[in-house]
Amino acid sequence: WVSYLFECGLRESPFLRMRSPGSGTSDPNQLFDDTSSGSAGFRSQEASGLGYPAQALLSEPMSNFAMAYGSSLASQGKEMVDKNLDRFIPISKLKYYFAVDTVYVGKKLGLLVFPYMHQNWEVSYQQDTPVAPRFDINAPDLYIPAMAFITYILVAGLALGTQDRFSPEILGMQASSALVWLIIEVLATLLSLYLVTVNTDLTTIDLIAFSGYKYVGMIVGVLAGLLFGKTGYYLILLWCCMAIFVFMIRTLRLKILSEAAAEGVLVRGAKNQLRMYLTMAIAAAQPVFMYWLTFHLIR
Amino acid sequence: MAFTLYALIQTAILCVNAIAVLHEERFLSKIGWGADQGIGGFGDEPGIKSQLMNLIRSVRTVMRVPLIIVNSICIVLLLLFG
Repeated sequence: WVSYLFECGLRESPFLRMRSPGSGTSDPNQLFDDTSSGSAGFRSQEASGLGYPAQALLSEPMSNFAMAYGSSLASQGKEMVDKNLDRFIPISKLKYYFAVDTVYVGKKLGLLVFPYMHQNWEVSYQQDTPVAPRFDINAPDLYIPAMAFITYILVAGLALGTQDRFSPEILGMQASSALVWLIIEVLATLLSLYLVTVNTDLTTIDLIAFSGYKYVGMIVGVLAGLLFGKTGYYLILLWCCMAIFVFMIRTLRLKILSEAAAEGVLVRGAKNQLRMYLTMAIAAAQPVFMYWLTFHLIR
Repeated sequence: MAFTLYALIQTAILCVNAIAVLHEERFLSKIGWGADQGIGGFGDEPGIKSQLMNLIRSVRTVMRVPLIIVNSICIVLLLLFG
């Protein structure tokens, strides 16, 4: 019965945690919508279901004390784990990158395959912190790269399966290959950004997000190759490569180059030229990786 | 093409070892990449060469002891598991 009471205590804390963001949805400081009104009905139903067998046990003062102690232990343990985990992986910063909604994802996917009509590429700020992705289409997010990576692995398995080359180990190999190339690309970008001494606010997570956007183009290319054969694959891949190239240049230009050069004014000087070369190199590496990671899937 | 995470770790260890064996006096100073030859004035921002020299020097200083440990582990693992 001790484990049963401990379970009751543990079930308390997740519901308490979901209730804490309390303000409205239109506030740009708010990362996630408040859905506590929806969860309140569920919680009362759950509590009444638990209440009946627990009535007899709860009447004793000893079990009251035990339940309170158990729940306080659980919340203390949770706090300690959160605090220690936060030192290694910045969880609060990661939450920013997943604050997306359907409209943002739809618009961003459209932007990734057709970036030519978009005019304003600047990320809007709000008192020194960038606005959450759901309010600004130019902000990088991690939802699309993560989902696209997983979808790429599944589509690769599908493509290999249609050619009778599939086995479950191949999925793992594809996943680790793609992950390794992603890590190499992010490290190379970080190294070159350090060498050129760019004063930029691009964090590592931003770079992971930008490097992950090419998986969308890869998925579209491989699917086209499955449906339309080799010519379809090459045409669609060419289109997606050009789109990613333009997208990366227009996004990185604002972050890496200095203010004047980003406006479009041709600023002379070795420093800006070097930065422009760096931007173009990063953008040109994307199509190379896109081709390298997909050509073996289409025969 | 078929990379594993283990291959990435191996590559990283080999690269860091390669940087760590560049001796300060005997080699880097001879080709003008020594620690005392890079510090320009406090004027404009440092160029690529001085950033690279700083990077080599800091990698050598920071990774000296961890590399001993990691290399020993690698040697033991290779002896045991081939």
